[in-house]
Amino acid sequence: MAKGKAAATRPSGGGSDAPAGGFVQLLTPDGDHVGSVTTADGTTYSVDFTDEEYRGLYRDLVTVRRLDAEATALQRQGELGLWASLLGQEAAQVGSGRALRTQDMAFPTYREHGVLYCRGIDPIMPFGLFRGVDQGGWDANEHKFNSYTIVIGSQTLHATGYAMGITMDGKTGSADGEAVIAYFGDGATSQGEVNESFVWAGVFNAPMVFFCQNNQYAISEPLERQTRIPLYRRALGYGFPGIRIDGNDVLASYAVTRAALDNARNGQGPTLIEAYTYRMGAHTSSDDPTRYRIASEVESWKAKDPISRVRAFLTKQQLADDDFFGEVDESARKLALDLRERVLAMPDPQPVTMFDHVYPNGSPEIDEQRAAFTEYHASFEGSGH
Amino acid sequence: MAETITLGKALNHGLRRALENDPKVVVMGEDVGKLGGVFRITDGLQKDFGENRVIDTPLAEAGIVGTAVGLAIRGYRPVCEIQFDGFVFPAYNQIVAQVAKMFYRSKGKVRVPIVIRIPFGGGIGAVEHHSESPEAYFAHTPGLKVVTCSNPADAYTMIQQAIASDDPVVFFEPKRRYWEKGEVDLEAPLTGAYPLHSARVARPGTDATILAYGPMVRVALDAAAAAAEDGRNLEVIDLRTLSPVDFPAIFESVKRTGRAVVVHEAPGNLGMGAELAAKITEECFYSLEAPVLRVTGYDIPYPAARSEEEYLPDLDRLLDAVDRSFGW
Repeated sequence: MAKGKAAATRPSGGGSDAPAGGFVQLLTPDGDHVGSVTTADGTTYSVDFTDEEYRGLYRDLVTVRRLDAEATALQRQGELGLWASLLGQEAAQVGSGRALRTQDMAFPTYREHGVLYCRGIDPIMPFGLFRGVDQGGWDANEHKFNSYTIVIGSQTLHATGYAMGITMDGKTGSADGEAVIAYFGDGATSQGEVNESFVWAGVFNAPMVFFCQNNQYAISEPLERQTRIPLYRRALGYGFPGIRIDGNDVLASYAVTRAALDNARNGQGPTLIEAYTYRMGAHTSSDDPTRYRIASEVESWKAKDPISRVRAFLTKQQLADDDFFGEVDESARKLALDLRERVLAMPDPQPVTMFDHVYPNGSPEIDEQRAAFTEYHASFEGSGH
Repeated sequence: MAETITLGKALNHGLRRALENDPKVVVMGEDVGKLGGVFRITDGLQKDFGENRVIDTPLAEAGIVGTAVGLAIRGYRPVCEIQFDGFVFPAYNQIVAQVAKMFYRSKGKVRVPIVIRIPFGGGIGAVEHHSESPEAYFAHTPGLKVVTCSNPADAYTMIQQAIASDDPVVFFEPKRRYWEKGEVDLEAPLTGAYPLHSARVARPGTDATILAYGPMVRVALDAAAAAAEDGRNLEVIDLRTLSPVDFPAIFESVKRTGRAVVVHEAPGNLGMGAELAAKITEECFYSLEAPVLRVTGYDIPYPAARSEEEYLPDLDRLLDAVDRSFGW
């Protein structure tokens, strides 16, 4: 057990790498494990992982980064139309994703591949969207993971409505109650819909967690263009707690999200978590961040890498050795190659299927257009087109 | 047993029956609870079904529709009230980008059976944003179905059909007709009722086809009565469904009469009338004795109330168009 090996407790504030106002940090960039952190409101956050669970988190982090790198490569090779990389945000996503209980529902943006992975979902699921084969095409309820939502912030209202439904179904107020997590970014906090979802979640005491990955940029625009105050402090105005965590610390991400979700399922309403992190890559594969940020800034965040600190911790605590790290790398590589092969094998859709699933009850006009489309294409058969 | 009630009361009865028949139906909007809605369409529903089923929401239209999406994913059948036509635009993003696309995005795996009720149209002497006819924006959006009722009997049936449908439905209510009365059979079963997405011949005729919907059906019927005195036998079709439009019913009529005039309150430019004219021309070209004519609102923002009578299509403008059709 590593728990006893890191017994230090300190008040909220984080290490020297914390932004003004501090954040909850349980694992420093150097891999030192703070046993627990007590915030100003008297809440104490800690984790109670077995050695195997610590190693499991490391495996998750490495795997989602490796799959992400494969996707970036696939995009560069023309096999994906677009990719939204999670590079740098692995800890925020793995920590919060692993904090979800089976019955919880997640509402992602389009970048939560790490959360998707931690939900136990086949990582190929969103690749149809990025390859241009479909628009997602999965069942939100089957996977407890909603469609990727591309319009910034819109999903926070869906999450809030879903959470209201949990309350209406009487599924809160106990340890096995249900809760919702809504993902969004720093840019989204400027959207009216996100602010409306804060209002609604507050007045309806919705069992949910707003998980904001503040990766410092909305494409090119820095945080200062979105807010005058730290984002987590906005929650106060809506009447529920807000807390900032070191978004590059998987342990803080897990501990605080788990506690907030449990508060929600127990009927104590919403929490806003601001995961203070950094988008190491471009906004998407279509973006060029060298036009709006300097290399030294990116370098300074490399020192706060979410994976290397877990590796340092595992090494210092003698919880893992080079064989383990090598095996994790190798198994992630195999998963990535398997993913690549399956992405390349994705068949293009039959064009006529574009007419499917517009309405549950269909439409005579679309039926006519489908028939005309089919007839038109059949007219070329044998003509060499 | 049929009762004579107003269109507004018919909607109220229809909502009540939907709430009774399906515990997943919830009504949500601004002032729909204790107040019963600014037009009293939800009068008494919160008292009888509770605050969890008839929800007074915060004052935020995107929030109303956006949370309805989440409730629908959870298995509910939300009925959203937008208080006035001109207030739907804050919810426009949620309606066209989310409600309309969720089924398609999920390859048919996620249904969002949401009804969005919108009182629409002018003629009530209101201030700006309270008299608009935004139906074309929604009819233009794939993934949404759009309907409107013109009389109490249809209001009662159609609202229940819209709620029972798994398709997202934008339900336009002709607000200036809320107080018009008609016979409604409150016991009539939904099964076997006249289909939601079918037009109806409101008055059979032989000489020209008037295509109307919502508040303009009354105007069209009055015009047909006046034309009858001049020996012209006009057929009036109540479209009822704006997306999809029941084109077969329209083509059948126009091929028979050889003339068509479309009437609506919304501006003419790229409105329902434009699409109807185009489709009729494509399908009925050899039957037409005259071009399809449109009688619509002008291409201006809805004017101040003291000018609205001159803006809204009325009996005289409609008859003038009928005259022009016959003079071709």
